[in-house]
Amino acid sequence: MEELKTISPAPAPPAAQDPCAEHHHRPAPPLSSRRAWMFKLGIAFNAVAGILIGVPILGYVLSGLFGKKNDSAWINLGPIGGFPEDQTRLASYKNPFTQPWDGQTGDVPCWVRHIEGDKFQVFAINCTHLGCPIRWFQESRLFMCPCHGGVFYEDGQRASGPPPRGLYVYQHKVENGQLMIYGGHLPTLAKPA
Amino acid sequence: MLRSIALWLDDRLKISKLFAATAGHTVPSNTGSWFYVFGSGTLLCFILQIITGVCLAFVYVPSADQAWTSLQQLNTGQYLGWFLRAIHYWGSNFMVGIMTLHMIQVFLFGAYKYPREMTWLSGCFLLFCTLGMAFTGQIMRFDQDAYWGLGIGASITGRMPFIGAQMVDLLLAGPIIGGQTLSRFFTFHVFMIPGLLLAFIALHLRLVLSKGINAFPAAGKPIIKATYDREYEELLDKEGMPFVPHLIGKDLMFAGIVMVGILVCSLVFGPKGPSGPPDPTLISTMPKPDYYFLPVFAGLALLPAYTETVLLLTLPVVMIVILMALPFVSNQGEQAASRRPFSVLLVIFVMLSLYILADLGLTSPWSPHMSAWSGQPVPPKYLAGRTPLQIRGALVLQNKDCRNCHSLDHGGGERGPALDGVATRLTADQMVRQVIQGGGNMPAYGKNLKPAEVTALVAFMETLRPDYEPAVHDAAAPPAPGSREQQVAK
Repeated sequence: MEELKTISPAPAPPAAQDPCAEHHHRPAPPLSSRRAWMFKLGIAFNAVAGILIGVPILGYVLSGLFGKKNDSAWINLGPIGGFPEDQTRLASYKNPFTQPWDGQTGDVPCWVRHIEGDKFQVFAINCTHLGCPIRWFQESRLFMCPCHGGVFYEDGQRASGPPPRGLYVYQHKVENGQLMIYGGHLPTLAKPA
Repeated sequence: MLRSIALWLDDRLKISKLFAATAGHTVPSNTGSWFYVFGSGTLLCFILQIITGVCLAFVYVPSADQAWTSLQQLNTGQYLGWFLRAIHYWGSNFMVGIMTLHMIQVFLFGAYKYPREMTWLSGCFLLFCTLGMAFTGQIMRFDQDAYWGLGIGASITGRMPFIGAQMVDLLLAGPIIGGQTLSRFFTFHVFMIPGLLLAFIALHLRLVLSKGINAFPAAGKPIIKATYDREYEELLDKEGMPFVPHLIGKDLMFAGIVMVGILVCSLVFGPKGPSGPPDPTLISTMPKPDYYFLPVFAGLALLPAYTETVLLLTLPVVMIVILMALPFVSNQGEQAASRRPFSVLLVIFVMLSLYILADLGLTSPWSPHMSAWSGQPVPPKYLAGRTPLQIRGALVLQNKDCRNCHSLDHGGGERGPALDGVATRLTADQMVRQVIQGGGNMPAYGKNLKPAEVTALVAFMETLRPDYEPAVHDAAAPPAPGSREQQVAK
């Protein structure tokens, strides 16, 4: 008789709503001081270790924000004979700071205006409004931007449209008959050429 | 046998309990409406994007010198690569579109109100993340548009006061747009933002379960914090139904429609781009963003220049704050759109504005037509019967690129006014002044035109008036000999 009783189904536990609920049959006992100490020390230990790992990670990710790096250098645009007087010509150069995998993006264009003799002006390709590539029109002696219609005079001054200032002008020099400009980064209002 | 395997699995994995707590949870029966299908539709698009995105990553090379070539390989070399690219592109368009519908529905149904503030907030973050995916996705297409799009992003960032230069460096990961920039945006597009999206989707769905889905609003039944929770419980007790299988039918139908829509668009229109290679020395380009950013693109052309920097930097923040503050500002009260006319008007106003701006962005009337000076000749009818001087003036008009901004007979740019009837608006003296000094958004041509050229140009423009329309009359000028004024004066 007693054996039969043991086989008979035991009373089902109360139906749990939460799938996890069946693991909490009794209320948690009070936390002993040793366990509480272990808990707090564990958190503190993890915080210290986490900071030791996390700060270098942040430093890696945000490395662009600090550290003084020079991102401009003298760039040779070629012999000045390639730029006829009283004309504005498109030139391009390999950016002095590139990675092997930059491909064509490392080839940066600029506009060279040869005024006369050793007098040059070299403009960045980027419109001062939002950085689109400006185009030169020889007859009207204007630069026009295809994005939002900014227009600049041949000396780089703003003529019309939304640009807030004239074109970005690279510092330049003529050395041994070669035209050199000082550049290397994308010009923006915060950091012109 | 099968049954016992199923029971064993259920005992170990608790699938039936999980089902009852999630897909089978009770929802108000009146939410089985076609208005309630957009959330699941957006989720479906996201799942499609994950699947196609992972597949594309098998072939795509996130490197500035190879990305464009690998996209060509996807389009033409890889078996069905074009199809995967097309599904991914159209999936993104559908995702942004359906997400917008979802948001409009939630707004018009007052579903953001108590107690679903957090559901709305998590939805806002999903919106930002989705737009982030859309922008970074355009960069993955590493072509001319992507290159100059990054330039626009850098230029906007460069307008930030004090920290502009550092933020540009952080955005581009280097001094120029290059290999490191693409790596950075690849990480955003495939790791960081999708991770955030998954987290926010989990939260969003968790809130749908814990706070319930908003019942179909009825006019005259406002939300009152004190009684809402009890009333919602009663509603569920009285006419609640399990979402699956009772109310999921319309969602399933819509999911099918969305997939067929994406499929049809992909088959008919194919993948987008890539356009020209990301070579900055190819400057004959007209950078345009994908459609969801066209309104911003247009706004940047139309804003008065002096407001631009301020608005560029503050408007996004203000809009984010307004979106996130909405459920707290409008926490209770009427839900039905019929009792919230201002909300309805607001949606119409915002959507119309976005549509108009996007349309303007598409046509870009503010951009000079770069080839109009050589590609759009002066119409012969404007040359008939003209004197040699006037014809010479037409040549000046053409050679000096005037047509890039001014149209004749609907040909040419729209940046400046059409010149078809210029003589009915300006006297010869005014034309000379305008040409030489510029002004009103026109460059000054004083240095670039010889006096003889100005004379010829103005002589030609004086003939530009539609048939029989009189030329403008200069009230200050002495009357011409033989004119009626002179005869009256006599």
